[in-house]
Amino acid sequence: MRQKKQYVLLAALVAVVGGMASPTALADKASDEAAIARYREMIADGNPAELVAGQGEELWKTKRGPKNASLEKCDLGLGPGVLKGASAKMPRYFKDTGRVQDLETRLLTCMETLQGIDPKTVIDAKWLKGERETMAALVAYVVTQSNGQKIAVDMKQPQMKKMYELGKLAFYYRSGPMDFACSTCHGAEGKRIRLQDLPDLRTQAGAAAGWGSWPAYRVSSGEFWTMQHRLNDCYRQQRTAEPLYGSDVTIALSVFLAATGNGGPVLTPGLKR
Amino acid sequence: MRKISIIAALLAVSSSAFAAGGDDIHAEFVAMMDRSFKTTGIAEKYRMYQLDFQKACSAEKEPSKKVMQAIEAEQFKTIRFPADGKFFGDWKEGEKIAISGRGLTWSDKTRFNNGGGCYNCHQLSHKEIAYGTIGPSLQDYGKVRGKTDDVVKYTWGKIFNAKAFNACSNMPRNGDAEILTEQQMKHVMAFLFDPESPVNKK
Repeated sequence: MRQKKQYVLLAALVAVVGGMASPTALADKASDEAAIARYREMIADGNPAELVAGQGEELWKTKRGPKNASLEKCDLGLGPGVLKGASAKMPRYFKDTGRVQDLETRLLTCMETLQGIDPKTVIDAKWLKGERETMAALVAYVVTQSNGQKIAVDMKQPQMKKMYELGKLAFYYRSGPMDFACSTCHGAEGKRIRLQDLPDLRTQAGAAAGWGSWPAYRVSSGEFWTMQHRLNDCYRQQRTAEPLYGSDVTIALSVFLAATGNGGPVLTPGLKR
Repeated sequence: MRKISIIAALLAVSSSAFAAGGDDIHAEFVAMMDRSFKTTGIAEKYRMYQLDFQKACSAEKEPSKKVMQAIEAEQFKTIRFPADGKFFGDWKEGEKIAISGRGLTWSDKTRFNNGGGCYNCHQLSHKEIAYGTIGPSLQDYGKVRGKTDDVVKYTWGKIFNAKAFNACSNMPRNGDAEILTEQQMKHVMAFLFDPESPVNKK
């Protein structure tokens, strides 16, 4: 009962601070601090994502899969088991897989190599069902440990640079029955859909506001959404075909957004309308 | 059937153009897009393949004036005026269409019965405050512009295929892409022009 009341309060708060992703924010320290202040205010009564993160922590430490192992030795780029600040530096290039991976595809690698869990069980599942629900919980746990850090993706590797270029092309790519691209809604300053502010994802401040506040708990649907889930729904609303879970287009866009927002605050898990 | 063959032809043209360009990143991009998407429900994979004008309008900057004008001339040819010569339906129906933003996603069961999604981007009625700002305000549309033949025909054309007037417009081709039916567009026209519609009446 207490929890329900909390959510209602949260809904009201989120409505008030909907400006989290304010496209008018300037790319300076003051705007970062303002964003952090708004976030603190927003989660003053708690963020329901904490519950999901709690489940994620338990799953992280539980022996699962054919190999009956936990994920505690999973290397997210900072060494086996190092979670503090790890997701703030993702996507990143991983030598062992030879691929640029976002948090979710990297977790798939860990589940496969450490636990023997077939990535298909996540890729073929429905959102918030089965192993994809497990994935969401793990994500909530991991991103909580980068809260308050700065977005810091390493753009030195050529693989990252290439993904950035591919992501930029994807950002402006118009297709489908409505001729939309990401840039249709996120390519100008100070715009909104209905009453929803749209971050201008071409700018550092806009990209930081967008990238830095996902994954997030969505009050309107009462669900925790990972970044893969968020991007998938963007494409749904663009009326395109459906991007495959963890596909390269989603990684490329993630690199483009994270690199553009580099230096901005990581406020994850976020809290959304 | 005709439509599908045109799309197939366009596909062949655009993919060969990419390959012939010899631009590595573009070839890689095409391959990436091709392997990254799948058909789900009514949202078939071919939606990822671009029409020529979509491709021309997919850069950071708009194409040259000359390219834009060529696209606009081409798109203008798609506009079909109402067969019975009547441009106006019922503004109340038009308002519902303007409010509804649904349709054509992979979670929609049918590709018919779509909304116009007008409020996502435009201010319209004096009474509706939840409007988007990607497009210009259309409040008092009929009141300000009058109902002359030219204005009526232009407006119909703009709703039918906005790309005929601005090659890289953000606005969908409601008629040309079969998002709305002719009857639905007539209702939207009435919503814009009728003096009793809340677009024009406070």
